[in-house]
Amino acid sequence: MNIAVCIKRVPETAEAAVNIDSSEKHIIPDQLVFDINEADNYALEEALLLREKTEGDITLFTVGSKESDEVIKMGLAKGATRGVRITPENLDNLDAYAVAKLLAEQVKEGNFDLILTGCISSDVGNSQVGVTLAELLGIPHATLVIKMGIEDGFATVQRELEGGLLEELKIKLPALFTIQTGINEPRYASILGIKRAAQKELRVIENITAEGMKAEVVKMYYPPVGKMAEILEGGVEEVSGKLCEILKGKGLL
Amino acid sequence: MTKDIFVIVEHRRGEVRDITFELLTKGYELSRDRGKLLAVLLGFQNEKIIDKLKPFAETILNIDDERLKEFNAEYYQIVLSNLLQEKKPFITLLGQTAFGIDFAPSLSTAIDLPYSSDCLDLEIENDTVFTERQIYGGKINSRISLAENWGYLVSVRPGSIAPRDVELVAEVVDVSSPIKEDIDYRKFMQYVEAAKGEVDITQSEVVIGIGRGIKEDKNLSMMEDFAKSIGGVLACSRPVVDAGWLTKDRQVGSSGKTVKPKLYIAVGISGAFQHVMGMKGADTIVAINKDPNAPIFTVANYGIVGDLLQVIPKLNEKITELKGA
Ligand SMILES: Cc1cc2nc3c(=O)[nH]c(=O)nc-3n(C[C@H](O)[C@H](O)[C@H](O)COP(=O)(O)OP(=O)(O)OC[C@H]3O[C@@H](n4cnc5c(N)ncnc54)[C@H](O)[C@@H]3O)c2cc1C
Repeated sequence: MNIAVCIKRVPETAEAAVNIDSSEKHIIPDQLVFDINEADNYALEEALLLREKTEGDITLFTVGSKESDEVIKMGLAKGATRGVRITPENLDNLDAYAVAKLLAEQVKEGNFDLILTGCISSDVGNSQVGVTLAELLGIPHATLVIKMGIEDGFATVQRELEGGLLEELKIKLPALFTIQTGINEPRYASILGIKRAAQKELRVIENITAEGMKAEVVKMYYPPVGKMAEILEGGVEEVSGKLCEILKGKGLL
Repeated sequence: MTKDIFVIVEHRRGEVRDITFELLTKGYELSRDRGKLLAVLLGFQNEKIIDKLKPFAETILNIDDERLKEFNAEYYQIVLSNLLQEKKPFITLLGQTAFGIDFAPSLSTAIDLPYSSDCLDLEIENDTVFTERQIYGGKINSRISLAENWGYLVSVRPGSIAPRDVELVAEVVDVSSPIKEDIDYRKFMQYVEAAKGEVDITQSEVVIGIGRGIKEDKNLSMMEDFAKSIGGVLACSRPVVDAGWLTKDRQVGSSGKTVKPKLYIAVGISGAFQHVMGMKGADTIVAINKDPNAPIFTVANYGIVGDLLQVIPKLNEKITELKGA
């Protein structure tokens, strides 16, 4: 079974200050740490686990800048067979549709039985690329997959709905699934894996221009300051004391 | 030419989902002076759902087919691509939910509709559609414009529009189902219920929510002690479950549980909307986070900006003192 996994390099922003550049259309990446998108990491692991059970190749695809080689190489170190990086000249103003189109052009050559992506990217969070790609390839899909089994050309998957409810589907391969976090326990790359990765194929597609964008960022801005918590001021001792007083005053202690 | 607004009705197991009423509220506002508000209902034996929807739309387009009993993106696409291309609504609204996420991107691709997802709001200025989105974990907003077209698809984040009663009386129009053959490449099999745990976090008056900020599972016992001394139960954000530190029944949020305790303390939780959806109904919310810009502080009533590894033991000490006295 041949598997394609689409991955993306994203900044980690949960603990960092995020600033907008002068064009007002991008953030300033300089101070940020980048890594593979969280859900994509689970998608990659799912591919690696499947490959342990069946023969076949894993090909990684990414649309991104040269720096995205980092996440491809990490995936190769974990055991993927080869990587493809797609870097169009207008990389800076793609929308989700254009990204899916770039991916489709490469992925369709590969005769894959299964295509996995993350269910959402933690940067812009459209949750569009996977399902759009499935439509462009003309294959069925399921999103938010939290359990997956393959048998006789069909996949039985569970999708995560609201409130912890799951939905079980049977889907004919080839198919595309967008993977939800928590489906497995992503591994770390071994030292040996990292050494081997250096020998693996990493194909770069450049000198192309993406077309067909339908959504454009007009501008980015900081969220308006609306309702804000009363921030307790002082050292650890002081703020702890203040909070206790507040809670006691409300009859919560 | 009138410019109608379509709202795709979301329902599951016979119940209309809240997002539908939020969308109908927004749809009503957008449709004034433009056209009509139509609710598009795909299902099987829809009478009960139609009764619920009637006061919220001007027209209900009712597509009744046994194969639409449960949601299936493939059948939805057949029905909706036919319907939208025929009726040409100006804007079609749906929810950014497990339902919307699964069919909107392929539908928009199949019939070439510009699509903006997970929007907090949308505006129409001289026939151009603009949407407002939240990106980078809620730290940045972005304004999007959609390329000119006869129609647009917009998915809206649940909980971003306050639903209002619009007191309409919808006319029901039956639309025949265009589905011809059964589909064998995607089949709904069954629902699988969430596993029940040892404690029901929705029953506790005090809930301590812990997030990825606790960093290592060795810090769990400190949090357990804290929950015990304050008389609450331990709950968490999704990454804590993903890491296997707590079980799924402790997860608060859109894909976990909704809690409405008297007190919710969010410790090391950034405040992603999927989490906030599950706890914003608490009477008093306290957030402890080392990042002063964490979105959780816009949800909380009280905040402590600091390292939880220092704050929690101190707080624990004070509470134990107070309770002992
Ligand atoms: C379809 C879908 C459904 C989802 N459902 C849910 C759901 O039901 N519930 C849910 O929670 N999430 C859900 N998520 C995930 C959600 O989008 C976020 O990824 C998640 O809520 C983030 O969890 P977190 O705040 O714990 O982690 P992060 O966002 O990583 O935040 C960690 C926080 O800890 C703080 N911190 C770090 N170290 C310290 C320290 N020493 N002291 C104090 N603070 C510190 C950081 O400043 C940061 O704010 C869902 C996602 C999707 C796509």
